[in-house]
Amino acid sequence: MSSALEPAQDLAPEEPRFAALRRLFSRERPATLVASAVVLVFVVVALAAPWLAPHDPLAQSYLRINTYPSAEHWLGTDQFGRDVFSRLLYGARNSLIFGLVSPAIAAVVGTTLGVAAGYFGGVIDRTVSRLIDTLLAFPELLLAIMVSAVLGGGFWNVVMVIAVAFVPGFARVARSATLAVKQEPYIEAAVAVGLGTMKTIWRHVLPNISAPVVVLATLWVASAIRLEASLSFLGLGTQPPNPSWGNIIRDGLGNIFGSPWPIIGAGFAITVVVLAFNILGDAMRDLLDPEIQ
Amino acid sequence: MARMIAARLLDAVPTVLLVLTLVFVALRLLPGDPALVVLGEYATQEQLDLFRREMGLDQPLLWQWFAFVRDMLTLDFGVSMITREPVVQLIGQNLPYTIELTLVATGMGLLFGVPMGVLAAVHRNRAPDSGVRAFSLIGYAIPDFYLGALLLIVFALNLGWFPINGGGEGFWDRMYHVFLPALTLAFVKTAFLGRLTRTALLETLGKDYVRTARAKGARENRVVYRHALRNALLPVTTGLGLSLLATLSGSVAIELIFNRPGIGELLISAIAKRDYPVIQGGVVVFAFFVVTVNLLVDLAYIVIDPRIRAQA
Amino acid sequence: MMPEPLLAVRDLVVDFGKPGAPLRAVDGVGFEVEAGGAVGLVGESGSGKSVTALSILRLIGAPGRIAGGEIRLQGEDLLALPAAQMPEIRGRDIAMIFQEPMSSLNPLMTIGDQVGEALLLHQDLDRAARRARVVELLGLVGIPDPASRLGAYPHQFSGGMRQRVMIAMALACHPKLLIADEPTTALDVTIQAQVLELMKRIRDTTGAAILLISHDLGVIAEMCERVVVLYAGRVVEDGEVRAIFHRAAHPYTRGLLQSIPRLDDDRHRLSQIPGSVPLPGRVKAGCPFLGRCGLRIARCAEQMPPLVEIADRHRAACWVTAGARG
Repeated sequence: MSSALEPAQDLAPEEPRFAALRRLFSRERPATLVASAVVLVFVVVALAAPWLAPHDPLAQSYLRINTYPSAEHWLGTDQFGRDVFSRLLYGARNSLIFGLVSPAIAAVVGTTLGVAAGYFGGVIDRTVSRLIDTLLAFPELLLAIMVSAVLGGGFWNVVMVIAVAFVPGFARVARSATLAVKQEPYIEAAVAVGLGTMKTIWRHVLPNISAPVVVLATLWVASAIRLEASLSFLGLGTQPPNPSWGNIIRDGLGNIFGSPWPIIGAGFAITVVVLAFNILGDAMRDLLDPEIQ
Repeated sequence: MARMIAARLLDAVPTVLLVLTLVFVALRLLPGDPALVVLGEYATQEQLDLFRREMGLDQPLLWQWFAFVRDMLTLDFGVSMITREPVVQLIGQNLPYTIELTLVATGMGLLFGVPMGVLAAVHRNRAPDSGVRAFSLIGYAIPDFYLGALLLIVFALNLGWFPINGGGEGFWDRMYHVFLPALTLAFVKTAFLGRLTRTALLETLGKDYVRTARAKGARENRVVYRHALRNALLPVTTGLGLSLLATLSGSVAIELIFNRPGIGELLISAIAKRDYPVIQGGVVVFAFFVVTVNLLVDLAYIVIDPRIRAQA
Repeated sequence: MMPEPLLAVRDLVVDFGKPGAPLRAVDGVGFEVEAGGAVGLVGESGSGKSVTALSILRLIGAPGRIAGGEIRLQGEDLLALPAAQMPEIRGRDIAMIFQEPMSSLNPLMTIGDQVGEALLLHQDLDRAARRARVVELLGLVGIPDPASRLGAYPHQFSGGMRQRVMIAMALACHPKLLIADEPTTALDVTIQAQVLELMKRIRDTTGAAILLISHDLGVIAEMCERVVVLYAGRVVEDGEVRAIFHRAAHPYTRGLLQSIPRLDDDRHRLSQIPGSVPLPGRVKAGCPFLGRCGLRIARCAEQMPPLVEIADRHRAACWVTAGARG
């Protein structure tokens, strides 16, 4: 409809810059603030574990096995006399690495697949789509268990396993975003002026689909941390004696009559960190897409 | 409707083939030489040859693939390298426990989750809604193996109310054994189904036909249960399939914690012992499970929704 | 004294938004519907006509709420009733037909069950009697072979047929007032004519009063005796259909009249009123039509013109044309 006669007061006030960020941390959402603080503490602890840890996480001592919390050992010691608190701090480091690296790798591989499928269409699209659909039917954990059953543990294997579990999700998002971008006139223009396929994708498609992919990657940091813990708990992830929150619980279960503190401490750490990431992720999604409730 | 169901069943065939091919690729190609992986670097040449012959690894790849698909579809998983028992027999012994755990946990999750979601949606943005939201946030964050370990420590070890291992004999004993493991898995499920029900119900409560029902003079209970909830259960059905599979993945850790027999327990111990045929059987059974559940969800849709039925 | 009208709406105020900063969607609307009469409520989208209709049944959902006024059904103020009593009135005394026949029927319930539900809720009939009545109702609204269609689902019906089902459902309990909110807008032109024809027949045969809501004065002229013109949540003109058509006083009503397509006169281009209805909460002092009005004078920006009687049972709110005296 024409708006020439529209009174000026009908115009909505323009939104000030950074309003989105300010809303994210507004006083109306105290949970978001607390969650951000927890995430910050988690990252600092992970980075500074060697300086913060009161003991060597691998140092065994048969003189103080299964002790309960004390001033010397805040969360007691395990069946090998190792300091549980220090192991937890190093476990944070382990979790942070997997939480960042695996979604990043999955994002790269998944985006490549999704963009190829969406941009080229045809046989490539049909093959990739069928593959994605089939893999998406598998829960991430189940897929990870199945793949690591074959590959075995070890750092890079676990990174790959988690990445494989996330690839289908990224591929789907990247594919649908690419399909949408492909309709835009600037793509047609780029092709019309003779820009090569790879250059078109690199300069015009990727920048325009990066937002949903990046959001997905951040949402999956928490999932990756959980997944690594689950795999390590099953003995398929980080291998002892390297501490991971998952294998600390595994060790604790094998020593259940000794001390419950490793289980309680590591489980609490996973829960709080995942909870914080989830709250932050929810807040971000609400902000970007207020329609979803 | 029969034709639709038949069509959907037929559509599952390529999916099964694709899944089996993926498993084949993962098992045979990814880790390098399976014989070396299984037997280790110090195996003798005779041992390696024997293993390759036994597993058919000396055949051309395409034939291997064909033989693999044929064997898996006829449930011929070979024999365990440790106990020499047929793998299909091992699976047969363990599968009922896993199915039992998954179904009881799903039942519990539905029993708590759907009413919770209804409560939250009906009292949107008020105390019950906030309570359900807080519960589901924690349910999403707490790892099931942690919750399972805590329940085991408190209720089985310290209070002695529940057994710490085994699957039980006879119906009631089995229910007694499955209760705590199922409760663990149901916790996460309740959070998921509660949130899903809330979202779906809120959406249907805003639909025009709900307004029509109100305009007819239907009271709130009737509006919610007769009109909105039935429509909201369509997305919940999909969610239920997803959640059934998530529970299946969770059952692996839970079987380990509660020392229950089951496919997860079988698979994990086979991995530790590098019992290749059992690993292969376990992975394929999980894959079949996923395909079957997805099939059942689609079939449920055909039965529930007259619109989909009509497309036939 | 005049006999009491069937429905009397007075000074109805409906707010949306937060309590601190209400957005007024309906602001002081008032009109009456006589027993057996037919009144049209006309206005563009955003004029508050649908909100007014829903308010009569108290079906305004959060964040909207009725902030003031009276809605009297045979003298009884519905707004003063406890909320728990409203379901007894809905569907029995006042029934409603909605704009979207495609989405207004429950997709998972059979047609027979949905029409029968209205009976189930308000009348004490056994199953067989209820079934017979549903068949009768479906026949009445022109659904062929109704007995065989009871088990059909909404998706098996066309839009026009679904709207007939909606009408059958509304008629089930012999309501005294039938509110029809744009009953033909979502339908094809030929189907529109059929459904309008059906509604006219129902008005003539059942004796139910009709409150017809439409953006189309042409549709209202076919059905109604009186018209109430709403703009930005306010009544800007009301009167007999003939009076409105021949001597429209408010510039907005005149604009609406010019936008009716006329079959007998294709020389004139359809005119459209420039601009759109101001958003609730953006209306300041003065006439809400100010920004789109070609006749405005200085006073229009300062003061809202009151609704004044310009002829017998014909009122308008305009400083210029109605010569409103403030």
